[in-house]
Amino acid sequence: MMKNVKIKTRNLDLYYGENHALKDINIDIEEKAITALIGPSGCGKSTYLKTLNRMNDFVNGVKITGEITLDGENIYAPGVDTTLLRKKVGMVFQQPNPFPMSIYDNIAYGPRLEGIRSRLRLDEIVETSLKQAAIWDEVKDRLKKSALGLSGGQQQRLCIARALAVQPEVLLMDEPTSALDPVSTLKIEELADELKKEYTIIIVTHNMQQAARISDRTAFFLLGEVIEDGKTEQMFSVPKDKRTEDYITGRFG
Amino acid sequence: MRTQFDKQLQTLHIELIRMGSLCEQVISLCANMLLKKENLSADINAAETEINQKERDIENLCLKLLLQQQPVAKDLRIISAALKMISDLERIGDQAADIAELAPYLADCDAPGKVHIGDMARATVGMVTRSIDAFVKSDVKMAAEVMAEDDEVDQLFEKIKLELMDLIRQNGLDAKAAMDLLMAAKYFERIGDHAVNVAEWVEYSVTGVHKNDANF
Repeated sequence: MMKNVKIKTRNLDLYYGENHALKDINIDIEEKAITALIGPSGCGKSTYLKTLNRMNDFVNGVKITGEITLDGENIYAPGVDTTLLRKKVGMVFQQPNPFPMSIYDNIAYGPRLEGIRSRLRLDEIVETSLKQAAIWDEVKDRLKKSALGLSGGQQQRLCIARALAVQPEVLLMDEPTSALDPVSTLKIEELADELKKEYTIIIVTHNMQQAARISDRTAFFLLGEVIEDGKTEQMFSVPKDKRTEDYITGRFG
Repeated sequence: MRTQFDKQLQTLHIELIRMGSLCEQVISLCANMLLKKENLSADINAAETEINQKERDIENLCLKLLLQQQPVAKDLRIISAALKMISDLERIGDQAADIAELAPYLADCDAPGKVHIGDMARATVGMVTRSIDAFVKSDVKMAAEVMAEDDEVDQLFEKIKLELMDLIRQNGLDAKAAMDLLMAAKYFERIGDHAVNVAEWVEYSVTGVHKNDANF
């Protein structure tokens, strides 16, 4: 059984106009664990990921019903401060997207927005975040240099550091390694494993082996539905649903 | 989709059938050696060498599959089951060779024909055949039958023990021959156990649950 549930999703439906993109989603996300969302392209896993910090609010014609609670609070309740929500639920994207500014400023960006001005405090946040993202040693001597000069793998870890700088509780990762080489991928995976001690991580991945390697739980999405979710070890050795079996063994998708 | 992978799994099945049939062959050969007094040592040794080679070949194929296909779910279970099964099949070959080593000492003795050792050989051959068949067909029912048959083999062993005791008492069967024959019977009994192990792995490859594990 799950130790602690961080995020509870109940009867979640999402429509993009006429398109019924998420159908009656009911899953629990375990606290301080890695949950992998897998499924073929267009099955709704990224859409679901974005409902968790209300990124879909920006999409025209989107309609969402049902409930998602974070620590018991409905994040779709009227009056919810989405800025605060997105601070709590950070996100890392498929393509590393550092801001065109120095490494230091990338990390300090969020804390500065929150009103932190103390140089000492910012220095501390930058160092801690970069260390947590396992990139400190590689960049500590060039903090004032542009972040765009970093390699793809370094940029991705920088983006993770940037997400960590505002002290989130949940980290959403949308295919964070699909644009990276194997060594950078491994670094991100090891980083995720380290980060789960403090954060709840949800990762969308097309890489089945990655899901099997790093996640504690896996949810399989198909055509907007969650077909099966459970312990990763079980999903990849004895899946319950034939469709899960067929997908993960490469029979379709 | 996954044409290459399916082809490799097919090869794995074929290789296991071959290894299984070599085991059947070697069990029959050593039964003939005991009962019909034919000198088949060379054939048995050759078959046993081939069984050992098959074990290495199949092991290599499984490792290659793990490396290349990174199998999950049923594929993973089939390949890991195959890896375990070949150790049992290889042990069957060893035990048949052990029986073959005893046979020359019983060449001048008519006791083998007076006890149920032929039935044991036939029963174990059947178990090996069906356990491999169950694997190839993913047939849990057939695997369960193999497990049930082992009880009969165990009973035959007990029967042989009593028969030998009778032969010693009534016909003055030579002590060494009696012990050699009992050893041969014990090897057949062990062969049955290995076939049961194979059947248990078949069950695991289909259901994901192994008799001895409480993983999930």
